[in-house]
Amino acid sequence: MSTVKVKVNGVEVECPANATVLEAARLAGIEIPTLCYMKEINAIGACRICVTEVSGARGLVAACVYPVAEGMEINTNSQKAYNARKMTLELILSNHRRDCLTCDRNQNCELQKLAKDYNIKDVRFGHPEELKPQIEDSMIHLIRDNSKCILCRRCVAVCKEMQGIGVIGPNDRGFETHISCAFDRNLEETACVSCGQCITVCPTGALTERDCTDKVWNALADKSKFVVVGTAPSVRVTLGECFDMPVGTNVQGKMVAALRRLGFDKVFDVDVTADLTILEEGTEFLERLNSGENLPLITSCSPGWVKFCEHYYPEFIPNLSSCKSPQQMFGAMMKTYYAEKMGIDPKDIFVVSIMPCTAKKFERFRDYQEAVPGLRDVDAAITTRELARMIATAGISFKDLPDEDFDPAFGISSGAGVIFGATGGVMEAALRTVTEIVTGQELKKLEFTEVRGTEGIKEAQYDLGGRLVRVAVASGLSNARALLERVKSGEAQYDMIEIMACPGGCVNGGGQPIQPQSVRNFVDLRAKRAAAIYDADKEMKLRKSHENPVIKEIYDTYLEKPGSHKAHKILHTKYQARSKYPGVAVAE
Amino acid sequence: MNRTQVRSGKSTDKARSGSRISPQPEEKFSEIKKVIEKYADREGCLIQVLHEAQQIYGYLPMEVQQFIARSLDLPLSEVAGVLSFYSFFSVKPRGQHTIRVCLGTACYVRGGKKIVDHLCESLNVGVGDTTEDGKFTFEIARCIGACGLAPAVMIDDTVYKQVTPAKIDAILSRY
Repeated sequence: MSTVKVKVNGVEVECPANATVLEAARLAGIEIPTLCYMKEINAIGACRICVTEVSGARGLVAACVYPVAEGMEINTNSQKAYNARKMTLELILSNHRRDCLTCDRNQNCELQKLAKDYNIKDVRFGHPEELKPQIEDSMIHLIRDNSKCILCRRCVAVCKEMQGIGVIGPNDRGFETHISCAFDRNLEETACVSCGQCITVCPTGALTERDCTDKVWNALADKSKFVVVGTAPSVRVTLGECFDMPVGTNVQGKMVAALRRLGFDKVFDVDVTADLTILEEGTEFLERLNSGENLPLITSCSPGWVKFCEHYYPEFIPNLSSCKSPQQMFGAMMKTYYAEKMGIDPKDIFVVSIMPCTAKKFERFRDYQEAVPGLRDVDAAITTRELARMIATAGISFKDLPDEDFDPAFGISSGAGVIFGATGGVMEAALRTVTEIVTGQELKKLEFTEVRGTEGIKEAQYDLGGRLVRVAVASGLSNARALLERVKSGEAQYDMIEIMACPGGCVNGGGQPIQPQSVRNFVDLRAKRAAAIYDADKEMKLRKSHENPVIKEIYDTYLEKPGSHKAHKILHTKYQARSKYPGVAVAE
Repeated sequence: MNRTQVRSGKSTDKARSGSRISPQPEEKFSEIKKVIEKYADREGCLIQVLHEAQQIYGYLPMEVQQFIARSLDLPLSEVAGVLSFYSFFSVKPRGQHTIRVCLGTACYVRGGKKIVDHLCESLNVGVGDTTEDGKFTFEIARCIGACGLAPAVMIDDTVYKQVTPAKIDAILSRY
């Protein structure tokens, strides 16, 4: 790679020839502020907060998109640049509803941080008293308040470019500009898939998840309820970020300890039902492989992906695995098997799931998700962020907690269950089990490295006891779209496909801790969090779903065998085609 | 689009008739489809398609936007967003003729606002509305680039110069 030498505030640095001023400054240890910029996704130079003085340029330049050149002198902190940024900030703040104290993003807001860094003591413009909340809360998972929107368009960019959906965009013009759906309809009237990626990139509190912590607190206070909690695979490697721990720290032990201190009657691991998913889905896969019907089998763990499939690719619904997701299997098993085992009326069991995902809030309300008729499998689905909020409310000093183990009934899981949290993990877990079942021999090497990594689409072929099995893995819905188009056109053929809605999988889910864009632009969160997951798997003795003693006991004493009639009743579900334009009369 | 013509208020030329035999909606959709096919391979063709679709359909209601979004494989939000950005696109049925009073700086200081007030009263409509008889849609333009003719009024593609409240009545009577 060719490089150039530039001077940043008088200090010479060597940087790649295709770097931007922003990146060159970063190499010199200077962070130029940004608001609209997202590396590779939203490089539009629109918000003007990154304006910087550069030798040879006529005015200030937008550092996020301005390319470096040999010998360029960059002055990031000239008074001219500082004054321009401060003015831009004041103008943004002039119609931003500044209810910081009661805002969801208090102390984790990029605008608030800039106002502090730039020493804004007074906003001279606008009429803040006239700003009223503009709430759009038609969806189960999300609340939009445009009175806090700064029009950076990061949500628009992730929705359209990264997820290939584009149900939101700027409407109208000038002062009237606002982000909303076509014709200002509610989000529920669009084909939004509830992935929540827009929430994780919002710099302010304009987009937040629908908080369900009150529901959980109420259940915990209700003595008639037996409150169980289950944590998704990826939450253990991200929760620490909410307590200032480095990205990619595995805090499983502390997380369990915290949940116990919050007062849950049992603290369980959804990894166990991830193992259960593998047994059910693996069986389903082998059945389809034998019959040749409905191949490729496509995984159904990611509710954002499932909803995407229903809206945009209904022709692939028969290919979806009929398995419920691990969250729903967890709830279903709690209200059937576990209730029976413990002699508790399922009505008195309150199931809470801790998820990296906002679509899980939607999934809970889907049809065919009641193993016990009339009772939802899961009673509350909260995100990693909401759990962190509860831990803070309870005054628990998270970093000082001892490491504790899950309660054993649903606490022993395999490494295969843990890796569900990263793209390729479900595929690898399935391959570990399916290969051993088909060949009857112990796998020598458990790592299926071809399906690992943060690449959007991965392909591999494996020999399954003499039969070649072609697999593909996609994460991020625009990648899923590209993959499915290739399958549709016949250009590519697979036997099994794993799709996760969020790029990188659940570790980068819409319910995960929010990292400011200044971090996201330079740190690959997906890779760091996934590395912690694969490390956890590597260190486990038990690494195959079908060897999990809890799973064995479940089948021996309750479900008979994978794919049994009873297993289907409790652990499987159905899907429905949904319109691509739900709110619009279709003109053919 | 036809070439813009400039006329003085005194002009006695026969005003352009906006009327044409309007085809049935299905025919209009197939006409729009032809436009889309013409542009389909070109990136950034949305605005051009919207322009021509508006000429065919008269305005761009939700069904038409949805049809265009699907045909061009664009998110509906993008089509609707572009449409709401540009004031020349309309989502409501339009009158036979469109009156646009310029309120750019030059026209404003030369009395454009008086024409607006006068028309609101005489046509009994608000800005952006269409008269009850469906004859005129009344809009405001922000500089049509005819500052030397201020205050200017556009009716369809015709620009009228140095208009006054009195003159505008005479002009409209010819439509």
